[in-house]
Amino acid sequence: MSAETAQPGFWTRVQRASVERLHIRLESLLVLVLLSTAMALLSPFFLSLSNFLNILLATSTIGVLAIAATFVIGSGGLDLSLGSVMGLSGVAGAYVAVNLGWPSVFAVIACILAGAIAGYINGQLVTRAFVPAFIVTLGMLGLARGLALVISQGRAIYGLPLEIVYIGQGRPFGVPMPVIIFVLTAIVAHAVLAYTRFGRHTLALGDSEGAARAAGIRVEQHRRIIYTLSGALAGLAGLLFTARVNAGDPTAGINYELTAITAAIIGGTNLFGGRASILGTMIGALIMGVLQNGLTLLAVQSYYQQMAIGAVLILAVFIDQYQVRKESRV
Amino acid sequence: MTLLSLHGIRKSFGAVDVLHGVDLSVAAGEVVGLVGDNGAGKSTLMKTITGIYQADTGSIEFDGKDILALDPGQRRRLGIEMIYQDLSLAKQQDVASNIFLGREPTKRLLGLFPGFVDKAEMDRQAARMIDRLGAHLPSINRSVGSFSGGQQQTVAIARALTFNPKLVIMDEPTAALAVREVQSVLDLIRRLKSEGIAVILISHRLNDVLSVTDRIVVLRHGRADADLVTARTNMNEVVSRIVGGGDIAAAAAHEQRG
Repeated sequence: MSAETAQPGFWTRVQRASVERLHIRLESLLVLVLLSTAMALLSPFFLSLSNFLNILLATSTIGVLAIAATFVIGSGGLDLSLGSVMGLSGVAGAYVAVNLGWPSVFAVIACILAGAIAGYINGQLVTRAFVPAFIVTLGMLGLARGLALVISQGRAIYGLPLEIVYIGQGRPFGVPMPVIIFVLTAIVAHAVLAYTRFGRHTLALGDSEGAARAAGIRVEQHRRIIYTLSGALAGLAGLLFTARVNAGDPTAGINYELTAITAAIIGGTNLFGGRASILGTMIGALIMGVLQNGLTLLAVQSYYQQMAIGAVLILAVFIDQYQVRKESRV
Repeated sequence: MTLLSLHGIRKSFGAVDVLHGVDLSVAAGEVVGLVGDNGAGKSTLMKTITGIYQADTGSIEFDGKDILALDPGQRRRLGIEMIYQDLSLAKQQDVASNIFLGREPTKRLLGLFPGFVDKAEMDRQAARMIDRLGAHLPSINRSVGSFSGGQQQTVAIARALTFNPKLVIMDEPTAALAVREVQSVLDLIRRLKSEGIAVILISHRLNDVLSVTDRIVVLRHGRADADLVTARTNMNEVVSRIVGGGDIAAAAAHEQRG
């Protein structure tokens, strides 16, 4: 009893307040600061405005995918098809703009719609066919990638209209467009997840499906919306990437789900659902961005970067599970 | 006045028939005990009332309305609440989030954007409800998974009572509790009755059932096998109806030992 009535320490109280009020884990913020400091000390190019914008630009695609991953994992699901759906969406958009020659607005719609449809199929299979999300989205990873290659006949589609390219390369007020779109998406997503009924039900669903069902939440319908939303966000990521590189590349986004899921987990998303915040995920995405940027500045081979991301994912889940076991009586 | 009436409720899961045509009625403000052996179909029957399961055939009327086609959320809005044996709490969420899950009050953010959950209001009402139950929780903003079993049950009870229910179903509410906590649950049931709220109590602890109910319905092999007035029955009769013949005396003696 005394353990419960005793006043918790200062650090514990700050931690709790940050989790309860800001929905972020202080540890991840600390890691971001330490990592940035280390990079700044190691590389003279790290601390500059242009490099900062570079990091944000490189993070924008992954960041949008990480938002999708946060919703899905927070709801107790999993979406391994994020990277492939992103590749498919970019190809779909480029195909509509270049091969069909339709106006740019249709290309934008095609990107997001292609993603949403892939996500909707994921949701239908998970909730109606009772195939585990792991298998459904792993299958979609193959399906979407294959379809992207079929549509583009295995070659990147070049020659996008200028409006599309502006979405990827434009710099109003010196800020890259993808960064603007990414930040706006993150703000909306944070508000939805943390402060709306939809967001709270998402986390409750990931926490305990039984409790959500008993509370009258339409569990299956909610899951289908989440997967569709996840696909649509992957479509947005596909649009950003395609516009930035000025090509519908069928191999775009390979392994991106690894980085996106890692960003969500480092940001404090519980791998098994029930706890997640977009603010946390953004910190996670920045950690991944700084890590990749720093390793590039230090001229570390990109093969090692892949290894680093994989190791960080396992480490983040280990630390998270360790804390959960320590804190909870569940 | 009849609040809830079930007629000919059948439910099977694949080849397994669980309920074979159950009739049950509960009056407003009445406390009905539902007893029966393991596998008699008690929990299944209750879940067809809350809407978690759809009955295969039969009719369910609540407060004069046919509710068979309604989903759990709609039935809850009519005033049917259930406290589940496993409590059905979202353990990583805090107290107010659990109490208001599915019924969160909303407000406009900055007077502009509608649909934002009014967390301050939720916390206020949650704290008031916990106080009314005379319970003490370490903090209302902690995840309920960090609470003790009794504290978690307080949250589950608060959730069932916050929206002025007409019927509260309790599935084994005392099974995991200490003696003192059992008494407070029984007191709560009496208080609900005095406020005109009907209660269906599922329990294996027949002493509790006998002390707090008006009527005891025995479920046996998926049928309502007996409907006993508590004031005119006793432990031996209830036990014999549960086991249904056989060595009644031995079973009753075993139950009395306890």
